[in-house]
Amino acid sequence: MSSHFSIIGKPTAMIDAAEKTTGAGKYTDDLSLPGMLIGKILHSPYPHARIKRIDTSRAEKLDGVVAVAVGTDAPNPFGILPVGHDEHALALDKVRYVGDNVACVAAISEAIAEKAIELIDVEYELLPAYFDPEESMKAQADLIHDNKPGNLEKDYHHVFGDPDRGFAEADEIAEARFIANEVTHAAMEPHSTLASFELDPHTGKLGRLTVWSSTQVPYYLQHKLSLVLEMPMQQIRVIKPLVGGGFGGKSEVIPLEIIAAIAARKAKAPVKITYTREEVFWAHRGRPRTIVDLKTGVKNDGRITAVKARVVQDGGAYCSYGVVTILYSGALLGALYDIPNIQYDGYRVLTNKPACGAMRGHGTVNVRFAFETQLDELAAKIGVDPAEIRQRNLLKPPCITVNGLRVQSYGLPECIEKTVSRSGWSERRGKLPKGRGLGMACSHYVSGAANSIIRSDMPHSTVNIKIDRDGGVVVYTGASEIGQGSDTMTAQIAAETLGCSLSRVRVIAADTDLTPIDIGSYSSRVTFMAGNATLRAASEVKKLIAAAAAKKMGCGVEALIFRGGQVLKKAGSPTLDLADRSVRPTPAEASVSGRVEGQILRGSLQQKRKEEGPKDSMTFEEAVVAAIDFHGALTGTGSYAPPLEARGGKHKGAGVGPSPAYSYSAQVAEVSVDEDTGEVTVHKVWAAHDCGRALNPVSVEGQIIGSVWMGMGQALTEELVWKDGMLMNPGLLEYRSPSAVESPAVEPIIVESIDPEGPFGAKECSEGSLAATIPAIANAIYDAVGIRLHESPFTPERVLAALRAKKKAKSLNLTEGVDPTAPDRFREHGGALCFKGKGPERHAQDPSPREVPAGGAD
Amino acid sequence: MKKELISLRVNGRTHELAIEPSALLLDALRLDLQLTGSKRGCDDSSCGACTVQVDGVAMMSCTLLAASCEGQEITTIEGVSEHGSLAAIQKAYGDWGGAQCGYCTPGFIMTVKSLLAENPDPTENDIRAALSSNLCRCTGYNQMYEAIRSAIAAEREGMAAK
Repeated sequence: MSSHFSIIGKPTAMIDAAEKTTGAGKYTDDLSLPGMLIGKILHSPYPHARIKRIDTSRAEKLDGVVAVAVGTDAPNPFGILPVGHDEHALALDKVRYVGDNVACVAAISEAIAEKAIELIDVEYELLPAYFDPEESMKAQADLIHDNKPGNLEKDYHHVFGDPDRGFAEADEIAEARFIANEVTHAAMEPHSTLASFELDPHTGKLGRLTVWSSTQVPYYLQHKLSLVLEMPMQQIRVIKPLVGGGFGGKSEVIPLEIIAAIAARKAKAPVKITYTREEVFWAHRGRPRTIVDLKTGVKNDGRITAVKARVVQDGGAYCSYGVVTILYSGALLGALYDIPNIQYDGYRVLTNKPACGAMRGHGTVNVRFAFETQLDELAAKIGVDPAEIRQRNLLKPPCITVNGLRVQSYGLPECIEKTVSRSGWSERRGKLPKGRGLGMACSHYVSGAANSIIRSDMPHSTVNIKIDRDGGVVVYTGASEIGQGSDTMTAQIAAETLGCSLSRVRVIAADTDLTPIDIGSYSSRVTFMAGNATLRAASEVKKLIAAAAAKKMGCGVEALIFRGGQVLKKAGSPTLDLADRSVRPTPAEASVSGRVEGQILRGSLQQKRKEEGPKDSMTFEEAVVAAIDFHGALTGTGSYAPPLEARGGKHKGAGVGPSPAYSYSAQVAEVSVDEDTGEVTVHKVWAAHDCGRALNPVSVEGQIIGSVWMGMGQALTEELVWKDGMLMNPGLLEYRSPSAVESPAVEPIIVESIDPEGPFGAKECSEGSLAATIPAIANAIYDAVGIRLHESPFTPERVLAALRAKKKAKSLNLTEGVDPTAPDRFREHGGALCFKGKGPERHAQDPSPREVPAGGAD
Repeated sequence: MKKELISLRVNGRTHELAIEPSALLLDALRLDLQLTGSKRGCDDSSCGACTVQVDGVAMMSCTLLAASCEGQEITTIEGVSEHGSLAAIQKAYGDWGGAQCGYCTPGFIMTVKSLLAENPDPTENDIRAALSSNLCRCTGYNQMYEAIRSAIAAEREGMAAK
């Protein structure tokens, strides 16, 4: 089927691959401007405190310091969600987590800026702090935000169908608490922003602002900058250079991005701020620690009768994407299986820790871990094969789920079938040597949210295409390449539609001065939405070219095929007897160009063509030139807004969850468990993913493997460890992102369900696979050693504890006496992060500088 | 701290630089020589994005003093493309999806070049062990193995053709 295309479906190197492999490509921190200053941020040492006084005078006097910015320099609140404007770029009256932003120094070098940070005097009044979400919900006084009683950011209570009746009809019910601990994106590129003002020629004062930033959402950044700096949006230009990975961590406006602009305005010079790795961990916005109390009922034949979930998310100190996260957790209980009755109670709770936000598989991952593990337990109870129980609960699309999600293309059955056959599931499961096992799980994800976070009727993506006389196709898109292949996808769709080569297409992306509004790279929306917009823009331009070519070739436009750099006449199509075969446009057609007679040079392609008369084919270039003679440079615009039918139900919170299309995934993991050490090794994961159509199989496979790998990290090793609001492992070694040695072989299996609305049938492929990996590993551990793990990651300690509990042996406290988080062994991470104040006690052997910075302890 | 004059040999060219004795090689490359291909992903040699070759050995330039590299031959990612065309490993990383966001890619390519110089026919385990000094958050490493195998094959073919 895909042979029908010349570019779509062919493995294609990314169009920016050479920039990346040669080191020539520029990321934000690689940029510099003449006179550029370096910014450093002073962070709060306390999890919850009132700021009584900030004295920056000594810092300002330090030679080389140009400006010191504090909260009052730009006091407007902001936040990524319109309902969550609860952050200030720099703290105004309160700090709410260790690492909160207090002040910023812009100086001529990083060393001077660091020195100046230590000279800032801040007086704090400590407040009681909340670290556990369930404790935090009981708070009566000293709330984290005054307008959030009980430190509750938001709660939702949804009932679909009749859950009570569903449970009454069930033959078997399972009920348990699952905990998924907190993880973070840890993208390889630390956040970085460079901000620069121009002088306005008319007023002579600071005028337009240009910001280069590592962002997934240039348009939202432009919007929030405008809000905080009180500048009109058209005076702000946001440019996204190469971005070194996002995974959601750059999908909202991080305070650093605004602080750089505030500092640049105050210093009247360009300012660049790049986070240290430790600061990236404090900036966070990752996946919250989630407590899931889950109850599922099934009939003896495996049919699910009802699901009830109570979900509590430890959201950290600010709203961030929190309201959306807690809604996704409930909404995406639907649209994977046919579940007739759902009850969902979701609580997004504020605590004095860095804010959690969107991370790959936003909102669905932790609940999916609980659900798929519980489904496996129920399958074992009623004696149905885990693959079989999933097959018995399939949706029958096209359909609308009980919670209002529209499902059209649905490749889940094929995903299950293919993973089962490729992994040798039926022959091998339960028959592997002791300590080795297979586990299965499924997942799904949205191909973009059907409702934008900013409520409006604006299209979610718009793309412009320009073709001038050189025959070069320039595509202008606001979609943000962050490594996932967005630019390549755009180029492929444009080239396929126009039937030209990929090398003819140049993509200009994510520059708010040049590119139309696109709401950015998040919720896996780019291929579906920006892809559709590109397809429409290219089709519009194609129409102009076709009209000119048809005229020249003496046939109707419907007889033309654009392919391989040629415009061809379909074999057997009639030649129209056109009176005038010249390229001269009618007055209406010449509307744009105001064409002047004699403009075409003698001997040009047109002229030659005119003399030769109609032919059966033209090169793409000839056709373009012919069309340009009618119109001047060819331009086309295409946009995409999700259809009304896909925008969900009417209940409160119904806006989150609906998507024009869902991707589907089924996975089988093969693991072994060392019963002496508790160590789990993942040997192989078979991962089938329904991406609608694989526009670029290399990229699709890369996204599937990457998702599975990141899911494995969360399943086995990755976890943010907190002690009284202090992060114990803010480094890439301590956070334990898996290296090549620990990483399994992943066999990606592409399933193409050809979505009726996706561009060439395509859907998302970058997030949906992640959620299945964690429960697939959990279920494989059960197959291997017979234990059910309800808390991720499945560290050796947790595996051993479960193994001992199974044998009814006394539990071992392996970390007794060596617990790095025990207060008497506490080691302050004070090296890179600029704290001010006494902070926690130092360990006696702490090697970091002992001297109290000038300014004294509070 | 007072700056000192050192001469640093990078990608076959000698540069005179005035740097503080405490300056790191990564900063000398990125800030003084504008060779921004080597990246900073952490500050404590845990990620490998800053990997360069010093006398042919893969080293992390974020924890190496620039002054200590005087008299040594430093190769950065910018020195890898041969005669204006992509080296086999660079081409293969592009073709096989070994690079996604690309931030870790220069470091990985320097590590792979050191591996292949030492061991032209590595097993998958050799490759995994060598790559474990570098972190990637995008690819899950699988497609890098394919890229490396294909680069080895391409180099061989090239040799045979000569």
